[in-house]
Amino acid sequence: MEAGVASWVSWVCVIAYLVLGPFVGMLISGIDRKVTARMQGRVGPPILQPWYDVKKLFSKDKSAVNNVIDLYVATALGMAVVAGALFFAGGNLLIVIFLMSLSSVFVVVSAYSARSPYSDAGAQRENLTVMAYEPIMLLLPVAMYLITGSFNVDSTIVQDLPLIVGAPLFFLAYLFVMPAKLRKSPFDLSTSHHAHQELVKGLTTDMSGHTLAIMEIMDWYEVVLIYGIVGMFLVTSAWWSWILAIVVMVVCFLLEALVDNTFARVKWKVTLATSWVVTLVFCALNMAFLYFL
Amino acid sequence: MSSTGKSPWIVHYDGSSCNGCDIEVLAATTPLYDVERFGVVNTGNPKHADILLITGSVNEQNVPVVKQIYEQMMEPKVVIACGACACSGGIFRDCYNTLGGADVVVPVDVYAPGCAIRPETIIDAVVKGIEILEQKRKALKNKTLVEPDVSRMQSARDKVVDGQTVAEIASNSTLE
Ligand code: SF4
Repeated sequence: MEAGVASWVSWVCVIAYLVLGPFVGMLISGIDRKVTARMQGRVGPPILQPWYDVKKLFSKDKSAVNNVIDLYVATALGMAVVAGALFFAGGNLLIVIFLMSLSSVFVVVSAYSARSPYSDAGAQRENLTVMAYEPIMLLLPVAMYLITGSFNVDSTIVQDLPLIVGAPLFFLAYLFVMPAKLRKSPFDLSTSHHAHQELVKGLTTDMSGHTLAIMEIMDWYEVVLIYGIVGMFLVTSAWWSWILAIVVMVVCFLLEALVDNTFARVKWKVTLATSWVVTLVFCALNMAFLYFL
Repeated sequence: MSSTGKSPWIVHYDGSSCNGCDIEVLAATTPLYDVERFGVVNTGNPKHADILLITGSVNEQNVPVVKQIYEQMMEPKVVIACGACACSGGIFRDCYNTLGGADVVVPVDVYAPGCAIRPETIIDAVVKGIEILEQKRKALKNKTLVEPDVSRMQSARDKVVDGQTVAEIASNSTLE
């Protein structure tokens, strides 16, 4: 009976993610732009602005710099969607992380395929960004295994204590590198949402129209997954833990917006050094703590 | 209004402006005027942009640059000449190196006057540009989008500089 219910629930979660995921992601990025504008004392765009942007991009004339860039970007989207679906189905976190990495690899490859100096610079910087956030992403399943004895995301739901009690420093390290994953300041060196940077649209320089629209949709799916991982640290078998998870996600979201608005872009060496030092120190301490208890 | 009009992305190019108009263009994106409430984003990338804002006149050096930026933009696209210099050459019109306004190289859809242009005029010009963008989007959808008519700039294009007409200089110049 357990297995039957579990598989039924996970199918519902998967379908909800596939259908509602981009919608929620779009709202998150719309609210993000609004919050950012308010922090700067502006009125800001409507909350549905990302939706208008993507619709407009699809109505632009079709053109691409080469024959393969669309394929690469679409594959990246596919990987990101499968990763998210697997996560919300309560599947294996290791595979989720690997699929996310594969998705970013395809984004990098698509930028390289454009063969223009700006895309190249953006792709190289995206590589460095991936290197910055990948250690903590790979250590997340380790933390999960040490605590729950399983790599499955749904193993957290049957626990009495949330993951964050056993892995608080893992959580903080994840929070620290989240701007890199979201391509936000201070770790937005590969591409940015604001003009007047030294490299404005590195990664996406040569993507136009529908190619860029697919990138945006991928961002919507990814942002839901990224905040989903935040929620994973909080949920337990108790019903109120879901409310707690949502509250913590909102707090993290506001914190991200604040950090994005208060920090300038840092150099790649600083990106790598700070994220690795924070990841290694925090995770080593946390792991030692888990082993000796 | 469809989503094309709700999300006009801008790329700004400074021809040989005195910088007066550029500062006003930037002023339009500050919190006081906040053009992002209309969905306007200053992209800094012609391949993403719908609207090209040109400030300053066109000279022999920047002709290929203006042409390339225009060609890299995807249809539907709109060009707005910001300030007297971009409209006609302004006070630099008779300089030895000045070819004229932006319209000697690319078809201009909206002429926004002023020396320097005021941020309010820029916003008005962008709103006007959005209307034209809408028409062009519909035309693109119905496959009736036509090459813009450049005959009204013919007198500027007939001006002779160094033994060549402006039109010849514009069509012969390329980057590299
Ligand atoms: S119109 Fe006036 S302010 Fe603008 S670039 Fe020309 S001279 Fe400068």
